[in-house]
Amino acid sequence: MTEQKIDEATGVATKGHEWDGIEELDTPLPRWWLWTFYATILFAIGYCIAYPAIPLLHRATSGVLGWSSRGDLAHDMRAADAAGAATRAAIARADIATLDPQSPLMQAAVAGGRAAFKVNCTTCHGAGAAGSKGYPNLNDDDWLWGGDRAAIHQTLVHGIRQPDDAATRLSQMPAFGRDGILKPDEIQDLVSYVRLIARKEPASAGARRGAPLFAANCAICHGADAKGNRQFGAPNLTDAIWLYGGDRDGLTATITNARAGVMPAWGNRLDAATINMLTAYVHSLGGGE
Amino acid sequence: MDALLFRSGGWFCAFLLAVVACMLAVDSAFAIQMGIVAVAALVTLVATLRQADFETLGGRSGRPVATGYYDDVIRWGVIATMFWGLAGFLAGLYIALQLAFPALNLGLEYSSFGRLRPLHTSAVIFAFGGNALICTSFWVVQRTCRARLAFPALARFVFWGYQLFIVLAATGYLLGITEGREYAEPEWYVDIWLTIIWVSYLAVYLGTIVRRSEPHIYVANWFYLSFIVTVAMLHLVNNMSMPVSLFGSKSYSAFAGVQDALTQWWYGHNAVGFFLTAGFLGMMYYFVPKQAERPVYSYRLSIVHFWSLIFLYIWAGPHHLHYTALPDWAQTLGMVFSVMLWMPSWGGMINGLMTLSGAWDKVRTDPIIRMMVLALAFYGMSTFEGPMMSVKAVNSLSHYTDWTIGHVHSGALGWNGMITFAAIYFLTPRLWGRTRLYSLRMINWHFWAATLGIVLYASSMWVAGIMQGLMWREYGADGYLVYAFADVIAAMKPYYLIRATGGILYLAGALIMAWNIAQTIRGKLRDEAPLADAPYDPALDKPIQPVAA
Repeated sequence: MTEQKIDEATGVATKGHEWDGIEELDTPLPRWWLWTFYATILFAIGYCIAYPAIPLLHRATSGVLGWSSRGDLAHDMRAADAAGAATRAAIARADIATLDPQSPLMQAAVAGGRAAFKVNCTTCHGAGAAGSKGYPNLNDDDWLWGGDRAAIHQTLVHGIRQPDDAATRLSQMPAFGRDGILKPDEIQDLVSYVRLIARKEPASAGARRGAPLFAANCAICHGADAKGNRQFGAPNLTDAIWLYGGDRDGLTATITNARAGVMPAWGNRLDAATINMLTAYVHSLGGGE
Repeated sequence: MDALLFRSGGWFCAFLLAVVACMLAVDSAFAIQMGIVAVAALVTLVATLRQADFETLGGRSGRPVATGYYDDVIRWGVIATMFWGLAGFLAGLYIALQLAFPALNLGLEYSSFGRLRPLHTSAVIFAFGGNALICTSFWVVQRTCRARLAFPALARFVFWGYQLFIVLAATGYLLGITEGREYAEPEWYVDIWLTIIWVSYLAVYLGTIVRRSEPHIYVANWFYLSFIVTVAMLHLVNNMSMPVSLFGSKSYSAFAGVQDALTQWWYGHNAVGFFLTAGFLGMMYYFVPKQAERPVYSYRLSIVHFWSLIFLYIWAGPHHLHYTALPDWAQTLGMVFSVMLWMPSWGGMINGLMTLSGAWDKVRTDPIIRMMVLALAFYGMSTFEGPMMSVKAVNSLSHYTDWTIGHVHSGALGWNGMITFAAIYFLTPRLWGRTRLYSLRMINWHFWAATLGIVLYASSMWVAGIMQGLMWREYGADGYLVYAFADVIAAMKPYYLIRATGGILYLAGALIMAWNIAQTIRGKLRDEAPLADAPYDPALDKPIQPVAA
């Protein structure tokens, strides 16, 4: 039996061992520590009785509260569905193309469309629907396929260039350079001409040579005045809005390889109410016709 | 002579095997990794031959056998800890800035966030933390057992082998080699290598304990040993996988679906529990009483909190999978075991802080003690925050947000970082035989830079994380979600900038430390005023004059 050594500063006895100068005091467990530990154990036991906890041979105990995370989710979803069911049904039934813009139903559709847009559309068109290179800005009044509610609805349901959808928005600009329809210097002349009518470049010899090329190759879709044609989704080339860039490099690439952006046919993925809501929202952004 | 032949021959065989594996590789990344192994084997071969004492081998002279403790590998470990710490902090700062300025991805696969993030986490946890644990454990086990380290050659192998593991893991991340398991990204061949290293580490550690001259095993050694043993088990189970080819880097896990996820988070959470908690508590239990020169507060508390911590931690992993495909019962158990873990974790904090009873004045004068106190405070805070975040109602808000990032960093920067810095400041003058550190005032600068950095980091991530969680779930009166995901990202930017500022401060503190340590090793002493001194006024330092002559 070693003699008990009392630590001066605390008045507590040490355990009598020493390792590299380190000793240990014989302090009892702090009471608050021990009781809090017991309390957490009691909480754990109570929680395991109340909630699913103990795995048995075939299934686990389900807890006296009968709670499950799937049931919890289903309950929340049912409640949310029930709260909006009447409005959604009314929006789904409505003819969105002719619905009175001032009606409460239309306002509800725009609000719902704003939320659905954030979930489904922002990935490409951006949070503010301002688009980016290759993805149209939906706030302006420049529409490839039409900007009234019926046209927007059609585009939403059937998408753009969707191979499995017979009513999809479909057109194909030829790859003039890649397929050898035009020679590289002819493409440069055409770029000069397009930039001339877009008022991005002054008149030049190249632009003069480009004019007949435009009439022979491009006017059939973009129109003799180059104002575009919504039937083919052919953009207006005379405004300042360029989906793929209006600089020489961008235009050269467009004429050489063509562009063919795609959008999903949301009719396969979203219900009628959501499509109507998105139609109303996109139409409300500022450029709606 | 035989031993030299055996060893150099072995390294030469390893070199040849690596070259063969490199040539037969089915993917270029595997070829590069095997190339690194070949270079490492070659360097070791040359080192083995150059270090051989041919005089002794020839029987011409004999050097006296060194007595005392074996500290070479600890000295290397201190330098490695410092080096990997700086590398890991820098990588962390860079990816923090990437979140605020995505252009810093540089458009290269090698510098993309997805590859640099595991580089950062592994560099700080396994390279910085791992080296700190290995070198301090070798110091502590020798001193508290009063025995020279068992198998010094094996200890050297553990050190250099572990560095090779780090290099293979780090280059693997950059090359895109990953098992996709958090904190266990390295592929099968690196896992096998680490297993060999780890078993050797266990042998050295246990061997030293077995040959101890003290009757009892000191508490720090329980924690270190539980860390070594449990990490071995976690590593082996979580990395069970089948390589696609013996000469390729890809492998597939032995588990699938939710079982795979549960195995991963059983591992992942216990990497925190046994690597970053139990191991570092071992460090705390030695260096805090040594630096404070006070007895440990309560032997009984150390026993009870050790066993309760070890028993409860291993079940807590499922709280990483709340509200997933994991069955409800497993989620419940993960949560309640985490809640019960609160007090066992705090036992370490109480024992550390209360050890300072009778020495609290040192907080004012000793910057190393100050670091230890801060480490214990952050340990206590994050081990309260952890159980709280494991509660399902809290988790449904905090999960997948930056709150989690703030939580791990208050633990990692505050607890693991600060206690490691304190331990290295303690060890360096003793390992290199210096009277004191180059500068105590620079420790003070390090302390304040790091503290301010942690505060900025943790508080910005709390605010950002809670804001993020609230924005994600915000429903308007019309019953629709208010914010798009991109809106939430835009709202995060100011907090990402504050966090990066915190990172700059923490890295700056570590750079001050690196300079201080380097100067100490070089044997320099900074000419500086002492940190604290009792007031002294020479004008008053004379006998009281008689009032009248």
